[in-house]
Amino acid sequence: MAFDKKHILGLGELSAEEIKIILDTAESMKEISTRDVKKVPTLKGKTVVNLFFEPSTRTRSSFEIAEKRLSADVLNFSASQSSVVKGESLVDTARNFEAMGASIMVIRHGMSGAPFVLARQISASVINAGDGSHEHPSQALIDIFTIREKKGRIEGLNVLIVGDILNSRVARSNIFGLRKLGANVRIVGPATIVPEYFSEMGTEIFYSLEHAIENVDVVIMLRVQSERKTLEYFPSLREYSGLYGLTREKLKLAKKDVIVMHPGPINRGVELTSEIADDPGAVILEQVANGIAVRMAMIYLVALGEGL
Amino acid sequence: MGVLIKNGRVIDPSQSLDMISDVYVQRDRVKEISKRIDTPRKSDTVIDASGQVVAPGLVDIHVHLREPGYEHKETIKTGCLAAAAGGFTSIVCMPNTNPINDNASVTEYILLKARTEGIVNVFPIGAITKGEKGNELADIGEMCEAGCVAISDDGMPVTNSGLMRKAMEYVRPFGIPVITHAEDMGLSAGGVMNESFVSTELGLRGIPSASEEAGIGRDIILCELTGTPLHICHVSTKGSVRLVREAKKRGAKVTAEATPHHFTLTDKEVYGYNTNAKMNPPLRTQEDVDAIIEGIADGTIDVIATDHAPHSQDEKNVEFDLAPFGIVGLETALSLSLELVEKEIITLNEMIKKLTVVPSEIVGIERGTLAPGSIADLVVFDPGKSRTINSGEFFSKSRNTPFAGWELKGVVSNTIVSGKIVFSRN
Repeated sequence: MAFDKKHILGLGELSAEEIKIILDTAESMKEISTRDVKKVPTLKGKTVVNLFFEPSTRTRSSFEIAEKRLSADVLNFSASQSSVVKGESLVDTARNFEAMGASIMVIRHGMSGAPFVLARQISASVINAGDGSHEHPSQALIDIFTIREKKGRIEGLNVLIVGDILNSRVARSNIFGLRKLGANVRIVGPATIVPEYFSEMGTEIFYSLEHAIENVDVVIMLRVQSERKTLEYFPSLREYSGLYGLTREKLKLAKKDVIVMHPGPINRGVELTSEIADDPGAVILEQVANGIAVRMAMIYLVALGEGL
Repeated sequence: MGVLIKNGRVIDPSQSLDMISDVYVQRDRVKEISKRIDTPRKSDTVIDASGQVVAPGLVDIHVHLREPGYEHKETIKTGCLAAAAGGFTSIVCMPNTNPINDNASVTEYILLKARTEGIVNVFPIGAITKGEKGNELADIGEMCEAGCVAISDDGMPVTNSGLMRKAMEYVRPFGIPVITHAEDMGLSAGGVMNESFVSTELGLRGIPSASEEAGIGRDIILCELTGTPLHICHVSTKGSVRLVREAKKRGAKVTAEATPHHFTLTDKEVYGYNTNAKMNPPLRTQEDVDAIIEGIADGTIDVIATDHAPHSQDEKNVEFDLAPFGIVGLETALSLSLELVEKEIITLNEMIKKLTVVPSEIVGIERGTLAPGSIADLVVFDPGKSRTINSGEFFSKSRNTPFAGWELKGVVSNTIVSGKIVFSRN
C-alpha cells in the first residue's frame, strides 16, 4: 500500500496502515540522522513554509531541521511579525506564500480546525503542526514511534495519558493513533478536564492516578497548559501536582519496564518530579530526537504523494 | 384591479378551511373564497393554481435583516426579496442592527426603509435593554408606539434576572410579548458548537444543552411571576422541549418556536469544521432533533421560525472559532417544513398553521388569515415539486446555508402582499 494523502491533518483521518507507513518511513529517516552528512537531496528546489500562528520553539525548530535535512528551501512565518495583525485572513496569508512557490505548508494555529480551512482552499499540501485543542499529529506520531522502538509493538500495550485531556491536542492525536494500532488507552485527570465523552473514543477513564497507573507499559504526561486557562479547571497547581503529579512511588505501581513520556516543555515539580524526568525510564529527550525523523517522514510522504 | 387564483387547494387554518376553490382578491383585501369564481373584470390577473396550495402568506417571527449597519450581509430590500421568494409575506426582525433598535427613531427608520424598499411586511422587534447591554431598559413604550411588535435582546440574553423581571413587568400594559433567546452565558462561555462527542473529537469548545435549558427555566419562571406572555426562540434541546411542555401544562403564557435547521440537522454537520453549521443555539444530537419533532407534533412547539441570519462569505470563510453564528433560512424554510408533512409528523394544515396564524397571534399582527375582508397576503406553492437548493440563486445577499445541494420538495410560484403579486416563478 502506498501513502496517497495530500495533507496530514490529523491521526483521526489516517488509517492504521497509513500510520504504519509513516512510522516505517521515519525509521529510514532516522538512519539519515546518524550519518556524518545528515542531508539528502530529496526535496531540493521545493519550498516549505512553516506558518506558525502560535508561539512554539521545539515543534518549529524540529520541522525546520527536518525540512533542511531533506534539502527543501524553508520559509518561517510567525504571526507576531506578520500582516495578520493588520487583519489579513488565514487563507489570504497562505495564498501569498503559495504565490511565492511554496508547495507544502506546515501550520500551527491556536484554533481547532484551522489547517482544515487551509486544506480546503489552497492547492499546496498542508501538514498540521498543532491546531487548538484538536490534533498534534506529529507529536503523537513521535510518541507512537518512540513507544514502538522501545516496546517493539503497539498492539496490546496499556498506555496511560495523564492530565488536561480536554484541552490537549496531543492527547487527542495519541488516542486516535494508539487506538487504531490496537493499544489500550487509559486517561486520568481532574473530572473537569477528563470529560466522559472520551469513553466514546475508546478510552478508559480514571480519576485516580494510583488506580490508573496499575500495570501500564507507557505513561504519557501532558503539560499543564497555563496559557490555555487550564487553571480554571482545578483549584491550584499544588493540588493538581499532589493528585496527578508523577512520583517514584506512583510509578512503582506500573509495569517494571514502564516508560515515561512528555511532549515538553516540562514543568518540573508539577507534572513530574525531577528525579523521574532524569530517570533512565524517561524517554523525553529521545522523543525530541525522534521528532526530526518523524517529521522528515511526514514531509517526504506528502511530497511524494504530489509527485515530489 | 384584482387577482383571481383558480383551482388551488385553499388551506387556511384560521378558518379551518381546506378545499379546492377559487380565491378572489380585490385591491388589498381578500374578497371571496368559493368553489367557482369567474373573472369579474378584464383587468384582473388570473393565476392557475391547479395542483398547488393557496395559503395565507407565511409569517416568520425570527429574522435578522442587518440594516441599518450591516448592509454587506443583508438589507431590508434583499431580506424582503428573500422572504417573498420563500413564500413569506410578513417578517419580524430582530433589533441587533447597528445601531441597535433600542429607540423609536431606529424603529421608524426600519419601517420607512421597509415601506419604500421592501416588498413584504416588516414588523420590528425592539431591544429590551439599551444597546442590548443588559444594564438599563430601552425605550420600550416609545418603540411600541412606533410599531415594534415585541421586545427581545436576541443573542444577548439579559443576564441580570432582576432587570429581566422589570422588563417583563414594564412591557405588560403595552400588550406586546417578550421574546427570549434563552441562554446561561456562564455555561456556554466560549462555546462554538454543541457540547458532545463531536465537539470532543474536534477539539472545539462546547455549548452544553444545560446552557439553553437553564436560560429557558429562568425565563419561564419570570413569565409565571409577571404574567407577561413569553415567546421562546429556537428551542434546540430535548430538555427545553420538556420545560416548555411542563410550563404549558401549568398554564404559563409561554409559546415556543423551532427552526428548520434544528429539526433537520445534527451536530455531525460540523465535521470538517463547516462554518455553515455554526449557529447559536448550536445543532444538537439526534435525540434532541427527535424531541423537537415530537414537540412540533404534540403542539409544544407552536411556531416554525427561521432565525434567518445572513453573513457574508468572507466572514464565514475563516477559522471555525472566528466565524459568526447563524445561517440564512428564508428561502429553504418552507421546503424543510414540508419534510415534516412528508414524514407524516404533522399534516399540511398543521404546518401552515405554525407558519401563519399562530406566529401572527403571538406578535399580535393581523395577518396569517384569508378571512374575507382581511389583508390579502397569500402564498401559492406546489408542495410536490422538487428543486435542488442552489445558494447562488438566493435572493438574500448571503449564501450561508448548510442545505446547498439538497434535493427538496416545495416550490413557491406566487407571493402576494396586500393584493399585489410581489414574486412569481414558473
